[in-house]
Amino acid sequence: MVSLKVNGLSVEANATPDTPLLWVLRDHLGLTGTKFGCGIGQCGACTVHLDGNPVRSCVLPISAVKGEITTIEAVGETAAGKRVQTAWLSLEVVQCGYCQSGQIMSAAALIARNPRPNDQDIDAAMSGNLCRCCTYPRIRAAIKAA
Amino acid sequence: MTQTYGAIGEDALPDNARRRFLTAGALLVGFAFVRPVRAFEREPDLAAIGALDAAATGFDGFVPNGFIRVGVDGRIVLVVPSVEMGQGIATGEAMMIAEELEVGLDQVEVALAPADLHAYTQSLLKAQATGGSTSVRAFFIPLRQAGAAARTMLIGAAAERWRVPPAECVVARGVITHQRSGRTLTYGAVASAARRQPMPGEVTLKPVSQFKLIGKPAKRVDTAAKVNGTARFGIDTMVEGMRVAAIAMCPTIGGRLRSLDERASRALPGVVDILRIDDAVAVVGENYWTAKRGLDLLKIEWDEGSHATLTSATLAESLRSAQGTPINGSLTGDPDRVIQGAGKQRIEATYDLPYLAHAALEPSNTTIHVRPDGCDIWVGTQVPEIARAVAAEIIGLPPDKVIVRNHLIGGGFGRRLAVDTIQQAARFGMQVGYPLKIIWTREQDIQHDRFRPAYHDTIAAALGKNGLPMAWTHRTRCSTVRSYYDRKPWPQGRLDPDAVAGAADLPYAIPALRSEWVRQDGPVALNWWRGVGETHNVFVVESFLDELAHAAGQDPVAYRRALLGKNPRSLAVLNKAAQASGWGKPLPPRSARGISLHDSFGTHAALVMEVEVDTQGEIHLRRATAAVDCGIAVNPDSVIAQIEGGVLFGLSAALYNGITFENGRVQQSNFHDYRQIRMNEVPSFEVFVVPSEEKPGGLGEVGTVSAAPALANAIFAATGVRLRALPIDRRALGGKGKQS
Repeated sequence: MVSLKVNGLSVEANATPDTPLLWVLRDHLGLTGTKFGCGIGQCGACTVHLDGNPVRSCVLPISAVKGEITTIEAVGETAAGKRVQTAWLSLEVVQCGYCQSGQIMSAAALIARNPRPNDQDIDAAMSGNLCRCCTYPRIRAAIKAA
Repeated sequence: MTQTYGAIGEDALPDNARRRFLTAGALLVGFAFVRPVRAFEREPDLAAIGALDAAATGFDGFVPNGFIRVGVDGRIVLVVPSVEMGQGIATGEAMMIAEELEVGLDQVEVALAPADLHAYTQSLLKAQATGGSTSVRAFFIPLRQAGAAARTMLIGAAAERWRVPPAECVVARGVITHQRSGRTLTYGAVASAARRQPMPGEVTLKPVSQFKLIGKPAKRVDTAAKVNGTARFGIDTMVEGMRVAAIAMCPTIGGRLRSLDERASRALPGVVDILRIDDAVAVVGENYWTAKRGLDLLKIEWDEGSHATLTSATLAESLRSAQGTPINGSLTGDPDRVIQGAGKQRIEATYDLPYLAHAALEPSNTTIHVRPDGCDIWVGTQVPEIARAVAAEIIGLPPDKVIVRNHLIGGGFGRRLAVDTIQQAARFGMQVGYPLKIIWTREQDIQHDRFRPAYHDTIAAALGKNGLPMAWTHRTRCSTVRSYYDRKPWPQGRLDPDAVAGAADLPYAIPALRSEWVRQDGPVALNWWRGVGETHNVFVVESFLDELAHAAGQDPVAYRRALLGKNPRSLAVLNKAAQASGWGKPLPPRSARGISLHDSFGTHAALVMEVEVDTQGEIHLRRATAAVDCGIAVNPDSVIAQIEGGVLFGLSAALYNGITFENGRVQQSNFHDYRQIRMNEVPSFEVFVVPSEEKPGGLGEVGTVSAAPALANAIFAATGVRLRALPIDRRALGGKGKQS
């Protein structure tokens, strides 16, 4: 049994210590907004915040999680997350949507520490998040608008 | 030439389903013949875009056809027939229905259709299927007819209550007004009475000038749930008593399970079952990670089968040396004679394209619950009715006992036209009594994909005195997806239109032209991939046309323009893209522009790519400028989004992707070695939609078709290196190269 703080709540999960945070969120806690895409930290679909920093939950064993986790389900309760979600909808970023939880988590972390990112900042923060629908032009525009 | 791009059709269905299909085949010809259907017996389970709740399944109200539900409480549900996988079709189809029903998108809930051939077979694919950029083309008339018929019946009910002629009534935003008396009734208020109205035999559709929704940018109906984590994809399925499986599949094509030592795996706490089928093993756990750990403890021995030594080199050689009888895709004049006599004005080239995986971001997955009396399947599929039929056949249930609860798809690109994953799930699922979720790893999703075919093309032309082509021959060597998709092999000697799509019917006027197909089947399982035949053929055609322009010493845009005398719509998009991209304006050394032009899926598209190739051979995408004429643009913002995404998708594949085989195994495995374009590589992007009142064309694949040839032509202009194979080999692009 492990204890975690997720989206402001203290939770317990009956998972082995090597279980990646992704699968604890999805299978044990039912938070399916965080997505499985590659399992090796290459696509960013599983991005969540650990103490506000974006991390790839698919390669993060829960034994290594020390801090508060925020997922897509709650990021709208943060100022940066809300701004990003609003900009995403206003610029119609989304296509299939599968990667967008991770995109929004990466973008919200960027906006929280850098409210006016330039193109280089956006490249640095967002290039770990794949979008196979290739919504990249609108992601860039939405981050600037957020 | 009439083509049904990537048609699915009856051949793909098992016999029991085909009989149902044949009886249902004509049902969408006229809405009037569509019986009130049973769309509410089954819950599509699409929370993301307005799931039908429990109360709605016994819907109290007006159900004139499979697409429209008007509740007595005023609730309006539009059931859209095509599958939403990012292309925006749920919104586009809802707009078509709402336009004639006279309701706003803000007044409706939108749900995706359940598996039901009677209600949702579409005319171009002749199946309940989503693919081939057919949805808007196929449904533009039927969905508006469905909306108009429902509106007519609702107005009829109100007129009857008021005892006035229906012609004295008007409707806007779901409120019917009797103009002379000023009385009003909502749709909800007449929903019960409308059920007794006769289904109109004919309806008159609005002229374009009266459209209120179609042609104006609309907010998508599926996106709110996709930004807050509540959208449900197939992989997110959670049902009572569900267990999760991780699987191992034979790494070689056609191989089989030989032996299995499962003792260590069985001993792992949380492992529930270990299941076997011919070519795969599943470890079932209380959750995915437990299953995966259990899988790692298996000792599996595979019989690698007869393709264990297969390599890309042998596959390529068999394609190059294919000797089958060519089948004409099109023939005008006597191009062979002209080319043979052309002397130095004869130009020839060969082109090679690789196998491609789809690599959608949502890995393949299926959840299935097989019971003695029925089966539920939770999945995202482009072909719900085929999914139902094949599962029913494997399990041995009548198809109507199998319920496909279709979901939003986390990227389709053609992958979910195949039902191999659902068949596999049925084979495992029928061994247990509980709901079983199977999740493929990314590595399995790439290595056990059904691939876009590889191609080997030979192409030749003879130039006239003006430098323009007088004759053109294009031979494509490839297999046919149909042989791996249909239940019976594609007949020898029969043309697969997909093999010559984009080659047989050029935008250009060339006096003598032959396009032909030499079929060469092989062991690699195939599937349609975004852009289907056109992605391949247009790369060859547009690259070669660029070669001809340069051989003739002419500007590539001017050269194309000279061949477009009978094609004003293509000429218009060519001119627009060229002008907006700054075509002809000077650029720094090793920077250049390239163009592509094509008519595919009923849409005319031009793309100018501007690139810089550095002295290390690395390619920097600077700017993309696209112009499209897709006829009536139902949701113009979705048109732009599909072109942006489609072009970048095609560039990603051209830059990086090719599936190769060694020792019978796929060599690529995940996004580190099956790389995709990322944010830092994306060019600036502009899309121009040419206004048009022509009938709508397809869009989901148009941009992808445009991408590779515009890129390769730009690289040639920047470096002088002609790329006749994909993915692009950067080793040839370094050095000083050409100054532009």
